[in-house]
Amino acid sequence: MSTGNMNLTLKIWRQKNNKAKGGLVDYKISEVSPDMSFLEMFDVLNEDLVAKGEEPVVFDHDCREGICGACSMFIDGRPHGPKEGITTCQLHMRSFNDGDTIVVEPWRAKAFPVIKDLMVDRTAFDRIIASGGFISVNTGNAQDANNLPIPKVQADSAFEAAACIGCGACVATCKNASAMLFVSAKVSQLAQLPQGQPERYRRVQSMVAQMDAEGFGNCTNTGACEAECPKGISLENIARMNRDFYSAKFVSEESI
Amino acid sequence: MASFGNAFSSSIGKKLIMGITGLFLISFLVVHCFINALIIVNDGGLTFNMGAHFMGTNWIIRAMEVVLFAGLLAHIVQGFRLVFQNRAARPERYAVNNGSANSKWYSRSMGLLGTLLLIFLIVHVSKFWVMSRFTGIPTVDANGNHDLFAVMVETFKDPLLVLLYVLAMVSLAYHLLHGFSSAFQTLGWNHKKYTPLIKGFGFWFSIIIPLLFALMPIVMYLGCIK
Repeated sequence: MSTGNMNLTLKIWRQKNNKAKGGLVDYKISEVSPDMSFLEMFDVLNEDLVAKGEEPVVFDHDCREGICGACSMFIDGRPHGPKEGITTCQLHMRSFNDGDTIVVEPWRAKAFPVIKDLMVDRTAFDRIIASGGFISVNTGNAQDANNLPIPKVQADSAFEAAACIGCGACVATCKNASAMLFVSAKVSQLAQLPQGQPERYRRVQSMVAQMDAEGFGNCTNTGACEAECPKGISLENIARMNRDFYSAKFVSEESI
Repeated sequence: MASFGNAFSSSIGKKLIMGITGLFLISFLVVHCFINALIIVNDGGLTFNMGAHFMGTNWIIRAMEVVLFAGLLAHIVQGFRLVFQNRAARPERYAVNNGSANSKWYSRSMGLLGTLLLIFLIVHVSKFWVMSRFTGIPTVDANGNHDLFAVMVETFKDPLLVLLYVLAMVSLAYHLLHGFSSAFQTLGWNHKKYTPLIKGFGFWFSIIIPLLFALMPIVMYLGCIK
């Protein structure tokens, strides 16, 4: 952990577009404050690049408070960098040391093609959600809050699954580029609540089918996703999705 | 099978096949280890040969042998398919990937460990199984049973083969360290009440069974059992 200002070497993946061949490019950056966030450090770098008339580094970011899931950098071989339970925007430069070389790459998966530099196309996740990650409700007044009793344990478990921000770190770190943790979180948040029951078995079949169609790999239970997830989504969700999937395929009469 | 839709061709279904065949192969390991452990009686192989005779003649065992080879084949073929599909899911590799920060090396190397086991199995099956089922065991023991024990004694005079067997059992131990609990996770059996038990049992199973197997060629090479 550094306290004074730092001089760093960045090795950043630069790629013009989806078709172009990319490569790591070295950048020296000096006088980096330890209180800067990782993205603020990139802002400084980009201002330098613009001032020099060079093309700034493209990267995804939005809320910068760890809740939107937009930021997506693979830093020194880990999604969202070396710290646990945070996204890249919440990573601060005090987590690095003066003189460090930091390698920054985009998420790498067939289903997440690079758009430019560090920005990848994650619309595969949107298509998985659109295939069934929702509940159908009638419009009109919201019903009374206590109309549907839900056990506390179940409500908590559903809420923990719902904490997934869909950043894709699970896919990025998985050796198989599998999206099982993401999909299982989205299946689990609804499968545990009464509102999710009518479409429960249709949903799991559709979402798994869409996940496979997008070209994500197969889960081999290494647990890397759970360890790297900024929101601590549990592997229990994957087991729950597996159970629901078997129920849907082998027991339920409804098929997609 | 059409009514089951894409149950087995989906990514979860493929893993289900790996999990079920994996657990079946684990149950086979227990039987195999028990029969082999009969050499510990140290009576020149009479008890062991009796066990081998039973395994070779009982019709239920012979029928299960067919199931065993089918299960093994499914596990191998599906395993290779998964390895290649999973590689294809990430066409461009990372320049730097710190995998050890979030997972165990053996959980990421199941394909490699499985391939080592396959090479071992080819040697092992051609040394013992082909002889006992097809080409015939040359001698009989005092009880008139085929003397498979003598074949073992002869085989494990070769230090290189002993080394191969020990290394293969190290691979098996690591393969099981991930595979045992992973199979239950794939089956959807992840529960606060049972998962610690499965993990604990799986850990000791993965150490003890391969250790017992590895000890057999070693004690025969050293001449403790003859």
